[in-house]
Amino acid sequence: MAAGVAGGLSARFGIDANAIRLIFAILALGDASGFALYVVAWLIITRQGESGSIARRALSDRRTLALALALATILGCALIALELLGLGFAANLIWPVSAGAAGLVVVWRDASDEERRFLRESVERSPLPGLPERRTWRALLARVAIGIALVLFGLGGLVATRHPNGATFEAVVWAGVVVGGFLVVFGPWWLALARDLAVERRERVRSQERADMAAAIHDSVLQTLALIQRSSTDPREVTRLARAQERELRAWLFDGRSPGSFDAAQVTMLAQAIAVIERDVEESHGTAVETVVVGDCPLTDELRALLGAGREATVNAAAWSGADTVSLFAEVEQSRVSLFVRDRGKGFDPRTVAEDRRGISESIRARMARHGGTADIRSTLGEGTEVELLMPRLDGPP
Amino acid sequence: MTGRLRVFLVDDHRLFRAGVRSELGPEVEVVGEADEVAAAIELITERRPDVVLVDVHMPDGGGQAVIEAVGGVEPDIRFLALSVSDAAEDVIGVIRAGARGYVTKTISGAELTEAIVRVADGDAVFSPRLAGFVLDAFAADPPPAGTGTVTFDPELDQLTPREREVLRLIARGYAYKEVARQLSISIKTVESHVSAVLRKLQLSSRHQLTRWASERRLL
Repeated sequence: MAAGVAGGLSARFGIDANAIRLIFAILALGDASGFALYVVAWLIITRQGESGSIARRALSDRRTLALALALATILGCALIALELLGLGFAANLIWPVSAGAAGLVVVWRDASDEERRFLRESVERSPLPGLPERRTWRALLARVAIGIALVLFGLGGLVATRHPNGATFEAVVWAGVVVGGFLVVFGPWWLALARDLAVERRERVRSQERADMAAAIHDSVLQTLALIQRSSTDPREVTRLARAQERELRAWLFDGRSPGSFDAAQVTMLAQAIAVIERDVEESHGTAVETVVVGDCPLTDELRALLGAGREATVNAAAWSGADTVSLFAEVEQSRVSLFVRDRGKGFDPRTVAEDRRGISESIRARMARHGGTADIRSTLGEGTEVELLMPRLDGPP
Repeated sequence: MTGRLRVFLVDDHRLFRAGVRSELGPEVEVVGEADEVAAAIELITERRPDVVLVDVHMPDGGGQAVIEAVGGVEPDIRFLALSVSDAAEDVIGVIRAGARGYVTKTISGAELTEAIVRVADGDAVFSPRLAGFVLDAFAADPPPAGTGTVTFDPELDQLTPREREVLRLIARGYAYKEVARQLSISIKTVESHVSAVLRKLQLSSRHQLTRWASERRLL
């Protein structure tokens, strides 16, 4: 029938193979025990030319055994449910059908490669589940015939169900048969259609992603590489470009922020705002800004003032100190936020700053004072400058 | 230490290894390099360098895998982690695996040489970024009593005010000797504070460390 079990038995016992097939068929028609017996025989009989039976291989394959057991219990439960619903014949089917199906699972997973290939080809050539491109005209005709037969059978059953009482369930079963018939006829076609659609959508999503990524890399990395080639004689410029690019790429890869999408309106947290200062100053002045942020909190008007002063201090350090690195450290505590801007540059004497230079007095000190904070600037000639900005938190817990 | 320090490089970027080689000062000698975890473990146990410079991010487990594999058999070999990554949990992970410090790859050659000497002496090397991570991780208040099975050990799970001060200065960009001058203490004292913090970072069972690292990832 399928696996050559009958042929094998006849060779072994000298009985005609067709007689054995007949016995199996009769048993199968009765209560499906023939089906189960056939599968069991398939499992335990060693195929000609192979070293062990499928059952022996399956013993060492725990996953398959678990799968088979799961399927058997599901089928068993379903059949018990059907029986409870009033379909008497289901009771006889419980054992043979669940055991047979479990056996088929084992066969499918543990058969030898050669046997599996043979099975796959038979399934592909068979009328019902076969792939469209492998299906022959004969298979198609068989399928349509089976489907139409099921539909007619079901319709006939529906018409015959005339008992006024307790007939609802029977009617449902017959309707199910009709639906099954339609499925047999059209199912493979629908399946192929759905499969094609899914494949096409996956392809489209993938190419969309590829295009997005190519655009992002072009806008960031490739542009930067071109700029680096053009300014290869200026090491400071190369460093600046490389650092800016490194930061952007890092934000993209680790924080999922796509390059160039950082507009000021989106900045709502302190740490983000510090990152913006770092980026802007590095890009505009070519000085590395090492930022360290401890804690984070939402921005308030006071904190925006603190950040404005901090930005001014960072820009001053980048523009005037001559150091190649500026350190920017922000810490959020319960009652205040502190910001330190430090460089190891040439330093300055605050008394010698010209009157018309308003940066420190206006942008830093006065701005902090207006919002209730303090600014302290310490500088030593030849050693560098540190600006300390403190802002009390009004929104924090007391 | 007699003679030059023997240093081993583990990094999967050839250009970066070449750059480090050429930038290191005369105090150190590169005795070997590797570009992947398995080869690194084999060569390091064979050549037994004083200090291994190890990249945090590599295929097959990264620096953490190298440190864990070698640290078990060769406790005398010291590790210094190098990375471009900002991901706090990776950095903390490498330190907890046994690295004596963490510096970012943008460090200058002279500073890197100094860091290697310091690690070889058994001290800890904290870059501003690592100091920031640690302040962040130990920032929260002690957990309320009786939270699950985690016991709070004030010896390990809390920084002293002095350690906090030292870390803040490092995060602000101060070198060890500048920290010492600012706090009017000796460099040795700064070093012992930093080593104490490193020990806490490695041994603390404080659940905040992991919780914080996972929260950080979401930001």
